[in-house]
Amino acid sequence: MPKAIIDVADVKVSFGAVKALDGVSLAIMPGECVGLVGHNGAGKSTIVSVINGGLSPHQGTILGEGELIARFGINAARARGVRCVFQELSLCPNLTVLENTRILHRHLGGLGWRKRAKQVIERSLDTMFPGHGIASDRIVGDLSIAERQMVEIAMAFSDGGIPPRLIILDEPTSSLDASLAEQMLAHVLRFVASGGSVILISHILHEIITTASRIVVMKDGRIVAERPAEAWTENGLVEAMGSVVKGEAHRRAIRDLAEAPVVVEQIGHGIPFRAKRGEIVGLAGLAGHGQTDMLMKLHASSGADWLPRRDPAVTFVAGDRRLNGVFELWSILKNFSVASLGDLASRGVVNADAEVQRAGEWKQRIEIRTPNMANRMLSLSGGNQQKVLFARALATRAPVVLMDDPMRGVDVGTKQEVYEIIRQEAAHGRTFVWYSTEMEEVCLCDRVYVFREGAIVAELAGDAVTEENILASSFTGVAA
Amino acid sequence: MRRTVSADAIRLAIPALSLAILLGAVFWLQPRAMSYIGLNLLFNLAVPIALATIAQMLIMSVNDLDLAMGTFVSFVACVTATFLSEEPFFGVLILAGAVAVYAMLGVVIHLRNLPSIVVSLGMSFVWAGLAVLLLPAPGGQAPEWVRTVMTMKPPVAPMAIVASVVIAVVAHFIVMRSSLGVLIRGVGGNQRSVERAGWSVLAARAAAYALAGVFAVLAGISLVGLTTSADANIALRYTLLSIAGVILGGGEFIGGRISPIGAVIGALTLTLAGSFLSFLRISPDWQIGAQGAILIIVLALRLLLNRLENRDKRR
Repeated sequence: MPKAIIDVADVKVSFGAVKALDGVSLAIMPGECVGLVGHNGAGKSTIVSVINGGLSPHQGTILGEGELIARFGINAARARGVRCVFQELSLCPNLTVLENTRILHRHLGGLGWRKRAKQVIERSLDTMFPGHGIASDRIVGDLSIAERQMVEIAMAFSDGGIPPRLIILDEPTSSLDASLAEQMLAHVLRFVASGGSVILISHILHEIITTASRIVVMKDGRIVAERPAEAWTENGLVEAMGSVVKGEAHRRAIRDLAEAPVVVEQIGHGIPFRAKRGEIVGLAGLAGHGQTDMLMKLHASSGADWLPRRDPAVTFVAGDRRLNGVFELWSILKNFSVASLGDLASRGVVNADAEVQRAGEWKQRIEIRTPNMANRMLSLSGGNQQKVLFARALATRAPVVLMDDPMRGVDVGTKQEVYEIIRQEAAHGRTFVWYSTEMEEVCLCDRVYVFREGAIVAELAGDAVTEENILASSFTGVAA
Repeated sequence: MRRTVSADAIRLAIPALSLAILLGAVFWLQPRAMSYIGLNLLFNLAVPIALATIAQMLIMSVNDLDLAMGTFVSFVACVTATFLSEEPFFGVLILAGAVAVYAMLGVVIHLRNLPSIVVSLGMSFVWAGLAVLLLPAPGGQAPEWVRTVMTMKPPVAPMAIVASVVIAVVAHFIVMRSSLGVLIRGVGGNQRSVERAGWSVLAARAAAYALAGVFAVLAGISLVGLTTSADANIALRYTLLSIAGVILGGGEFIGGRISPIGAVIGALTLTLAGSFLSFLRISPDWQIGAQGAILIIVLALRLLLNRLENRDKRR
């Protein structure tokens, strides 16, 4: 019996309180294409990072060819022919195609490397995408998105010293049109037939069913189902990704908002977006399918261009705290009040007493756990930092709150508290537009728009807001 | 298939064009500059500036900025005028040590994730202090061989032009053609992808800084070769001149988009702008402002062309 190229056993990875992988075992045999499906946060990207050596698991073993690999890392993985095509662009945009080839293949060096790199990448591009028309001396930044993705895929399949043996494709067809995607998948089948292995991640289920030889379904950091591809149907996959509906305990009461006026509106391709006064509108679907863009558009269309407005129309709660939420060097108080300084100031001077008083009220209301609001922001736990960001947004007079997956990495207790505050504020007439990657949160919303490939493909309201419906729309593009 | 005369060609065309226009204007104002000696005088001081610009460009290629360039070149000039001419062995040792310090800075900046601006600003005081310790008052003497090289009279073109071409070609080879250059620019373009390919970004950054150190040392030595003696403040202007030269030559502050040939042309343009203003009889008081105006015009031109180019791409 042939030995597995990579065999991960009982791998566990956790980020803070979040268990990204909870005991996953997966063996990739030569000559098979493993399809990997799951919703946001199921652990797909984490297991991929473990296999390509970018992340060392906190527990568990990794075997290559049946031998235990003690120090598994990027270089060990590459030496075994493991390659990865990432969802986001992972080429250097300032370099030419062949210079990128040089970066990827460490052993191409020495005099005349340009000629060798050109051969390596052009051979691969020619076999995968005949008639591609991409010159290898073009700068990657000048290529179209589809061309970049073609280069990136061809680069992973190219042979520059170490032949590729296991290729991980994370949403490889997202920017390719149908005929290019077909060419690529045909090449995957050829590669697998010649003894190579592929891990294929895609949100287009029929691609997976027709290409993969075995399909693994992940959910909440575990593998929940694993069968040969012939045994699956699209509906079967969608069902397997979902779970038995968790207790209905914190389900919202259905509210009648038919009479309420529309406060924000955005009409693009797909179903138009509208949110009414006092409504909690969820944006769902797989991560990166246009939800954040929608929030940005809403913000841009209702925010001021140049001069700040006296009465803000929208306010924003950022998801990536570190990147665009928190002022790390400021105190909690300053972090809280920065969005409402206009209200706290008279004639351009901030009224320090009013600032402290308002912060005190909010500290009590949302229970920010700190002895003193003058402490540094980073003295708070992640969850409490997020609460401060919520308080910052809610303390403004803006009638619409946009939220960009704000609960990432927040503990369960804090989440429940924030849900309660959101419900209260909504009852008082505030509108919330809430992008979340967590199913549980999306199910709290009055109405949900499901995104797929940059457009809204489904609108679910009231009792139709269920996990099955959302999964069905985000994977197959039709409302169930 | 689309033509490959791409963004890069346009990027290089603008600095080349501005240099040509300035040169034309100078010749028109002062026809006698159109000679072997005239050209040499015009571009003499461009050689050390071009070297310093290449050094700055290497730092900028990994998305950093070196604010110590001017004081470092001054320090090297002081070492050259003292140790390198009196005790060459010691002098070489000191300069090698200085290059090693540059590589170290790259390591520290990468490991501690420090902003390069802050580190290099701090280092600028260190270099300035060392320079003053070496030469409290202007003086020293250029080593004979440096003097000989810098005042050579090659046939056909004057030394300043020949040296600029050599600098451009060598830098182009290192940065644009060699594997190391690709790696350094790759770090500037997308550090994560370089890491994922299994390279050491730390080593790449250290190499970029060390190379920058080498070019800056050459800048200091060539400067003393021209001026025959040194002073602790001799090259303070080089910090901003080198940054302006890189940008003028089509480089960007971030993203690893740089052009060595453009950088040399940028340095030549900046030097020429000074002479041009003197020929116009603009008083030295106004010259710095006028030089700034020239810079703004050229950069505005580039912005305009970039925008046109982007519009084409979107179509």
